[in-house]
Amino acid sequence: MNAPLHLWLIPLLPFAGFLLNGILGGRLPKPLVTAIGLLAPLASFALVVNAARGLIGFGPAPAMPAVETCPFPWISVGTLHVNFSFVLDHLSLVMLLVVTGVGFLIHLYSVGYMHDDPGYARYFSYLNLFLFFMTTLVLAGNVLLMFVGWEGVGLASYLLIGFWFQKKSAADAGKKAFIVNRIGDFGFLIGIFLLLGNFGTLTFSEISAKLAAQPAWTGGILTAICLCLLVGATGKSAQLPLYVWLPDAMEGPTPVSALIHAATMVTAGVYMIARTHFLFDRSPYALGVVAIVGAATAFFAATMGLAQNDIKRVLAYSTISQLGYMFLGCGVAAYSAAIFHLMTHAFFKALLFLAAGSVIHAMGGEQDMRKMGGLRTKLPVTFWTMTAAVFAICGIFPFAGFFSKDAILYAAFQQGAGGKALWFVGLVTALLTALYMFRLWYMTFFGEMRSHDAHPHEAPFTMLAPLVILGILSVCGGWIGIERFGNYLAPAVGPRIASGVGGHTELWLSILAVLVALEGWLIADKYYRRKPERPAQLVSHMPGVYNLVANKYYVDELYGAVFVKPLLAGSRYLLDWVVDTAILGGAAWFLGGIATFSGAILQRWQSGNLRSYAAWLAAGAAALLLFALIPFLLGTYGIHLHWAGY
Amino acid sequence: MNQYDPIILTLILLVPIAGAILVALLPDRGKLPNWIALLTSLLTFAFTLHLPAHFITGQPGFQFEIDRLWIVNPAIYYHVGVDGLSMWLVVLTGLLAPIGVVASWNAIQSRRKIFYSLFLVQQTAIFGVFMALDLMLYYGFWELSLVPMAVLIAMYGRKNGPKTALKFFLFTFIPSAPLLVAILWLYARTGTFNFVELQYHIASGILPAGALSWVALAFLFAFAVKVPLFPLHGWLSDTFADAPVAMAMIVAGKMGLYSMLRFHVGLFPRQARYEAPVLIALAVIGILYGACMALAQRDFWRLLAFGALSHFGLVILAIYGLTVTGWNGAVYQILSLGVVEGAVFLLLAVLEQRYGTSEIAAYGGVAARLPRTATYFVIATLTMIGLPLLGNFVGEFTILSTTFTQVSRGWAIAAAVSVILSASYMLWLVQRVFYGTESTLATKPAADLRFGELAILTPLAVLMLVMGVAPTLWLHSIESGVHPPPVSAASASLRGLPGPKSGDLGHPRLVDSNQLTQLAKNGPEVQR
Repeated sequence: MNAPLHLWLIPLLPFAGFLLNGILGGRLPKPLVTAIGLLAPLASFALVVNAARGLIGFGPAPAMPAVETCPFPWISVGTLHVNFSFVLDHLSLVMLLVVTGVGFLIHLYSVGYMHDDPGYARYFSYLNLFLFFMTTLVLAGNVLLMFVGWEGVGLASYLLIGFWFQKKSAADAGKKAFIVNRIGDFGFLIGIFLLLGNFGTLTFSEISAKLAAQPAWTGGILTAICLCLLVGATGKSAQLPLYVWLPDAMEGPTPVSALIHAATMVTAGVYMIARTHFLFDRSPYALGVVAIVGAATAFFAATMGLAQNDIKRVLAYSTISQLGYMFLGCGVAAYSAAIFHLMTHAFFKALLFLAAGSVIHAMGGEQDMRKMGGLRTKLPVTFWTMTAAVFAICGIFPFAGFFSKDAILYAAFQQGAGGKALWFVGLVTALLTALYMFRLWYMTFFGEMRSHDAHPHEAPFTMLAPLVILGILSVCGGWIGIERFGNYLAPAVGPRIASGVGGHTELWLSILAVLVALEGWLIADKYYRRKPERPAQLVSHMPGVYNLVANKYYVDELYGAVFVKPLLAGSRYLLDWVVDTAILGGAAWFLGGIATFSGAILQRWQSGNLRSYAAWLAAGAAALLLFALIPFLLGTYGIHLHWAGY
Repeated sequence: MNQYDPIILTLILLVPIAGAILVALLPDRGKLPNWIALLTSLLTFAFTLHLPAHFITGQPGFQFEIDRLWIVNPAIYYHVGVDGLSMWLVVLTGLLAPIGVVASWNAIQSRRKIFYSLFLVQQTAIFGVFMALDLMLYYGFWELSLVPMAVLIAMYGRKNGPKTALKFFLFTFIPSAPLLVAILWLYARTGTFNFVELQYHIASGILPAGALSWVALAFLFAFAVKVPLFPLHGWLSDTFADAPVAMAMIVAGKMGLYSMLRFHVGLFPRQARYEAPVLIALAVIGILYGACMALAQRDFWRLLAFGALSHFGLVILAIYGLTVTGWNGAVYQILSLGVVEGAVFLLLAVLEQRYGTSEIAAYGGVAARLPRTATYFVIATLTMIGLPLLGNFVGEFTILSTTFTQVSRGWAIAAAVSVILSASYMLWLVQRVFYGTESTLATKPAADLRFGELAILTPLAVLMLVMGVAPTLWLHSIESGVHPPPVSAASASLRGLPGPKSGDLGHPRLVDSNQLTQLAKNGPEVQR
């Protein structure tokens, strides 16, 4: 009945793009590189839209979940069997629409942004590679295939952060991102082992079915599994304590920051928790940890965002903070709200980064907001689209972020006293969010231009079109409302928990949240527009606090001193010098001393005389041949050699 | 049955020897020895491909087997054959030989005749180790593989040849003496060197257990040094840093690991079970120790050596986890490591040859000038650190997950830390060599990969991808060769004493893998 969906093509088309541009890219003309780089994600997007046609209202909806399994197994050995299987359900469809849709827009934007870069083809091949892994991650029907995408997007991120590899800071940042992600992946891997050990399978549907067969099974090993998966999620989604790689990841080209480090890859942790919600639902403890990690990260990152001067770093901390909201949503079992925020966040955060990219482009590569200002008139399109995004992220009605953030906060509010505490943290974070976002807005677009050698100009059409589309989405993206969105996602992530509080409470909470955001705007307006000298005065009053925040609480330094340096020093001095050289080496030579005799022979043998080597060699080879052949020859004549006197 | 089947193994053994003789006889003019060695090794490789092409998957026992009486007393047979366990190792050896020749192409400038003839003799020896089913024959090949190595390290050592050769000699020759004694003891007690017969004799319990444990230990010691297993790795980093690249590439790992699986676990399953807890602990310590040491190295050959120590530890962990799935993973991992290390060795040799140093700190920013070298190196690095869809991941995941679910959670978690450490030392290496600002060394004019190097590396890169995406191409035939050895008297006594021809006795009664792991967990008292 259903036309085939060709799910396998969704990842494979970008992979083909990666191979073409990666292998031939240097030799192809630039328009062809562009065509390959753009067509691959566009075709994937078209396939996703085709799969979603029922959702939009064209033609029959395909039966969900739709499963496509590769006829050849991937790993099949002994007790371990894993297939390449792709699953399209309501959850993965939403995620795919975001990934390929926003992904295509950012590809388009990149055409203008990266136009003069010598690594143009390499850039597009990496970007396509990212889409390959990201769609694999989303479509994966089993945990291990998800892990393939999981590690793969980490690779794409590594390659793209370090895209300008001649810059030491960029190469450093790429390496740091990969290694910190690997720490998370280590947890994920242990989680996979635990799943394999306890369920005997890695397929999501089978695990879910086995759990459903044992309704009384909660906590215990399931908590352990969930916490291991959470470690993976904190790595990929830059949550406490593994968030440290994301701010540094801003070394990559700005469209990459928009695509990978804002809209899609970093939300993989949220997606993973929603995907395995049947496990988390059985472990209230793990859910609590998810919620606390989320709320703490949201607040902590927002404070750091206040004191940054690099426009991209402000956005990076804001991403971490917003991801914290999503984790909070997952932690209070409001998965549909979390995914809703994931979607709206993808719109407005991608837009923020692309607009920031437009600003940086216009300023000739300058990222320091202290050197910007007054760009409102010079870059009108960028200004207006960015304004939409700023309003959206601050959760001001009726922009997209309002609906999704509100849904998360309300869900948290319903979860008893602890939930109310988390709600309060979320609310304070909303204030901080408005504060640092409007600070960015004022410092960039208002006041006087603070740099004299810049000649800002609006970006080309390929860059503006994605801005406008994302701007519209940032305004309207939330209008579907959490009710309808939650009902739609219910088959995949379970029904929304029925509201236990009256409708009035929800309304008052929403109004309160908007007021808090407006308060943040007012403070920013006062400090960064009306009295721009005040922030400096404030800093001079409490330099300790300011330094602490501006230096990101010295967390990088702390990790360096506690983990990295001891590991390196321990390896170099304790292991290399003491254990390997002194103890093991000494023991070996002591035992070797017993064999000095053979050593002496060897030294005589190494006389350095070429002719003697050759003679030894010839003699050895001849002896070997005789040894090998003579018994055979004799054997054919019926003579058998007897070496031992039996 | 193909008409070449009965002679193919003999051909594979003889062609390199014939090439060696040819090299020795013809004059040392120009690149003539290089070309002969290259053609010989390519021809041998082509022959080895006959094995998987005509291998009958699922058929128990050894295939392509030849068993002819060689010396009557002591009864030494020319007995060779391969099964799923050894077949791909033979192919891998064939594959690495041309890589070795290409890696030596410009590096070996003098006395080419000696180098290439010894190199080819070494090839025969390694093939022999993987094929021999007669223990005396096996020992002969084992020793033969060490001699050319020591001589070549002494003669062609890049820095401190004779000293490294002496170290290598002491480390590897001394343990092979007890091995010889142990093999002779077995012969004295059973009257046979035949691997399969010995398996049954040992399983039947007629041999004194006390002496047998010493014999098993002698086998283990020789293999553990050769792999190497922590803390017996003293020779490894010097050899990697000093030996000619073609030699370093093949010296470590696969021969010792194969021998552990075939001749230690395979012959002495009970003793292996006794020793397993210690070996698992040493393997995991080796994994972490090697990875930490790799972080601290300043020379990329030494970094590679300790990385290899870490990777071999994982395989040892799988072997002594004593699970069938783990063994399959172990064999696959040996193959995958062989491929990726071949590529890494070749690439580092290119760097050292172009720039004249192996000190990491001297490098920096090389990627801008040698983009192809950088690309291939990054691919090999990603394979090495176990990125999914590339070769090593399959083996690593199989080994770690099996260890976790069937052997020991604690050791598996400790071993899994290596996924973080391996990414750290390898990516740091990539960064220090290829990325960042150009060092003064990198501004020296240097050629990117040449045709011969590309012709080797491109297939290797494709192979890494295929091994990661479609491991079943290999795993099916490997599985048909990996079985638990006979562990009880029942399996042996049912057959009576097997005759001199092993025939289809190659594969003993299948022991349930659960039973085996159960034994591994509970120790031998359950059985007694």
